[in-house]
Amino acid sequence: MIELIKQPWPWYFSGAMIVLIMLMLIFFGKSFGFSANLRTICSMAGAGKKHSFFNFNWKGQVWNLMFLLGSIIGGFIATRYLSTPAPMELSNQTVADLKELGIGFNGQLNPDQLFSLKALTNPGNLVMLLIGGFLVGFGSRYAGGCTSGHAISGLSNLQLPSLIAVIGFFLGGLMMTFLIMPLIF
Amino acid sequence: MKQLKYILAGILFGIIMTKSEAVSWYRIQEMFRFQSFHMYGIIGTAILLGVTAVSLIKRFHLKDSTGQPIVFQDKHPGFRKYLFGGIIFGLGWALTGSCPGPMFVNLGNGYPAMALVIAGALLGTYLYGVLKDKLPH
Repeated sequence: MIELIKQPWPWYFSGAMIVLIMLMLIFFGKSFGFSANLRTICSMAGAGKKHSFFNFNWKGQVWNLMFLLGSIIGGFIATRYLSTPAPMELSNQTVADLKELGIGFNGQLNPDQLFSLKALTNPGNLVMLLIGGFLVGFGSRYAGGCTSGHAISGLSNLQLPSLIAVIGFFLGGLMMTFLIMPLIF
Repeated sequence: MKQLKYILAGILFGIIMTKSEAVSWYRIQEMFRFQSFHMYGIIGTAILLGVTAVSLIKRFHLKDSTGQPIVFQDKHPGFRKYLFGGIIFGLGWALTGSCPGPMFVNLGNGYPAMALVIAGALLGTYLYGVLKDKLPH
């Protein structure tokens, strides 16, 4: 069993497991939406004193922060105990395209040159990470949700606004991939 | 102690996101370049099963663990905020390879620079709260 779990999970099993998470949270009387945590953290830090958007009872969101905490632990467990050393099976074409941008692939989940501790010594990379994160945070609050809130929860409930948001996610993603990344890498 | 189940659900979520490789910057690049079915398969399966599950919950008026009827909130009607917000989100998603969940999962996966992406995301969330009334919604 554990040997099976250690293999990379096929897409259909992964997709089904994500729905299981959504259903667990629904069953607990909550809803699946991760980016709400970012707003909660701003509110906890005192942003509600100046700006009404952050002035809400964040204590009602503690469950979601616990979920966030768990997700970090889960990542640690998966990498440390539930993985094999076999490289990820990324498409050869993607490997070749990224190589042209100067980003190598060594079989790991994420490029060390962007996300390792050493990558923090590169000032250009620091700016890139901050701006990238900024866009995700700003965009998810502007759109009222992220991949979990719109693409999974919203589309599961056949919400037109979520479909518009998901189309936006892809428009933005394609612009970044094909128009902007060739200029900055 | 009543928070424990959320921590456990979060742990499961972190494992799922890692084992599915949805936390991978490379997988997100592969997706936006249409070079593999993997991410589309994950999202497609999730939506298909999600739609089925939600319609069944509604059809049979299921209750949650506290005995309350399960209700699904409709999203506020609108167009511009979803499109503009979505595009801005997408730009950051492709650049950092992370949506809000994976940013944190990847901290656990051993990528400390994700802390900077998280800091950026908090700044972005804050600035949205500041500018909210001046933006087209």
